[in-house]
Amino acid sequence: MAQKQKISHELLRRMKHIRLVEETIAERYSEGKMRCPTHLCTGQEAVSAAVGLALRPDDFAVSSHRAHGHYLGKGGDVNAMMAEIYGKATGCSAGKGGSMHLIDESVGFMGSTAIVGGTVPVGVGLGLSIQLHGTTQVSCVFLGDGAVEEGVFFESMNFAVLRKLPVLFICENNFYSVYSPLSVRQPKGRAIYKMVEAMGCPAEKGDGNDVEAVYKKVLKTAGQIRRGKGPYFLEFDTYRWREHCGPNFDNDLGYRTNQEYLKWKKRDPILLFEKKSLGRKDVSRQDIAKMETDIKQAVDMAFAFAENSPFPSVDELGKDVYTK
Amino acid sequence: MTERKLTFSGAVNEALHQAMQQDRNVICYGLGVDDPKGVFGTTLGLKEKFGPKRVFDMPTSENAMTGIAIGASLNGIRPVMTHQRLDFFLLAMDQLVNNAAKWRYMFGGKRSIPITIRLILGRGWGQGPTHSQNLQAWFAHIPGLKVVMPTTAADAKGLLLSSIFDPDPVVFLEHRWLHNLIGDVPQGDARVPFGKAQLLNKGNDVTIVSFSYMTIEALHTMELLKKNGVNCDLIDLRTICPLDWESVFTSVKKTGRLLVLDTSNETCSVAGEIVARVSMELFGALKSAPVRMALPDFPSPTSPALSKAFYQGAEDIVKAVAGMLGKKISIDDLKKQHTSPHDVPGDWFKGPF
Repeated sequence: MAQKQKISHELLRRMKHIRLVEETIAERYSEGKMRCPTHLCTGQEAVSAAVGLALRPDDFAVSSHRAHGHYLGKGGDVNAMMAEIYGKATGCSAGKGGSMHLIDESVGFMGSTAIVGGTVPVGVGLGLSIQLHGTTQVSCVFLGDGAVEEGVFFESMNFAVLRKLPVLFICENNFYSVYSPLSVRQPKGRAIYKMVEAMGCPAEKGDGNDVEAVYKKVLKTAGQIRRGKGPYFLEFDTYRWREHCGPNFDNDLGYRTNQEYLKWKKRDPILLFEKKSLGRKDVSRQDIAKMETDIKQAVDMAFAFAENSPFPSVDELGKDVYTK
Repeated sequence: MTERKLTFSGAVNEALHQAMQQDRNVICYGLGVDDPKGVFGTTLGLKEKFGPKRVFDMPTSENAMTGIAIGASLNGIRPVMTHQRLDFFLLAMDQLVNNAAKWRYMFGGKRSIPITIRLILGRGWGQGPTHSQNLQAWFAHIPGLKVVMPTTAADAKGLLLSSIFDPDPVVFLEHRWLHNLIGDVPQGDARVPFGKAQLLNKGNDVTIVSFSYMTIEALHTMELLKKNGVNCDLIDLRTICPLDWESVFTSVKKTGRLLVLDTSNETCSVAGEIVARVSMELFGALKSAPVRMALPDFPSPTSPALSKAFYQGAEDIVKAVAGMLGKKISIDDLKKQHTSPHDVPGDWFKGPF
């Protein structure tokens, strides 16, 4: 396979993998075995897959509450993630973190946390450490449109620009913070990336459902950052299909319209790219069938691993508060 | 190890120099760390010696700069942050409480956060409601944080070295009124372990548990109390978390009487916690009700006319001890010794803060 085809294949595979994990969680959530708040990213897979593939395994990434895609896209272990959501000892955070606290340092995924904007300075601090150590890594901060309203975002961005830190900000703008639309949170006509640009950080906006465009943009930007050009901010519009937190669709609640949802569903990043890749003969129907079978098997295995893993013993309750 | 006389702030400065010399991953930043005053002298010479990459002034962004310390620590850096006033650090409680304190636990022990946060707190000189808060109880309430409150110059150095090389997040609280205190300080890497209190005076009558500046006030009372036939165990805790319960319990078992001194407001104070724990564990050993001496539950007032009634000192300690023993002890001698006004650590102190 040529390099370009390999990339198409891998982008498609990562997106489908994330989608199946999320949809299986949604399907099985009502069993009551995944007993933690769970924020699914169905519909937003393109950014996760593209950024994860464009970055090097030794690049760092941090994220927030809706992190399954970012973790899996970066190459995080799906078994450890599912076990974590099931609250098992084999989970990536030993059952103490749940869906909102994912970590797989072996692939540079340094942690996701639940407070909006909470890992933005952590990612910038990783950038500072890269600069101090003099390596060519990039620190990637995943954030949403809500996080840019937090004071800590402005503070962190200011420092990243001031010190020309190797930080790539990836802002997924899905237009809603829980049920609150952008219109009640940010002034009309002020684009997020324009505001960031005014703070001195080069910034661009792109289509977050076009996985290939995201991949190319991130690859180029990460290269510039590695060459010491300082931080970069990329804003991608995208849309979560399901409710803010949980397995259901909630368009009936009235905070957004079904029409809007259907419009975005038509722009399903996976279908769009599958069509494109087939048309270009980057992948064949057989490739896709094989890919889907492999993914299904891996996801089934991850859920089985999670279900069959032991719960942490009660002795673990007071452990790891301190190192010593 | 040889000892020399150093001020508390000189001892802090020496600890920073030694830590940065020993480990190139130690960095030091905070508002004004490289200014001509060097944060009451504590950071003088660091930038000149270790360079601007490792020692730097920062934007007034307490919360992000704390998160940045956390992030840097995930990749091998050991940041020491400095804040000239604890009160400003309240803007960073999110990063401290939600991230630094929880990181190890919430990621199943994958990673610790070895950061040190130096916070300066104080009393007097009209610093008032938002420049003199002593919030050790807030920090001690959060599992995952270690809380250090040195009193002596030697401990300032030894505990700061231990803080910097500790694997967990440490809140290091320096009382402004201790900065000019002079004491014997050992040379070299004289780390003082956490959770080991220091017995500064021995006696069988009352156990006084104290920390930070209030220990100095208590030391002033020892001679007068002794003259009046009262001998106290004076336990300086050094660290609030971990707390050396063993030393406290051992002493109270012996004396049957407990007075706890605190530099902060009374309700939900560290002193309150110690009284509660001793009452629960050693109820049968107590000869009189335990006493906590802390600030009244008001914000700190600015006017010297008001702060005089707000802050407590050696004279109040003598009264409290005498009260517990049902004795009358004259405080006239203490009053005579205390020649400087109540709102400064000594006549040498001329402000501005």
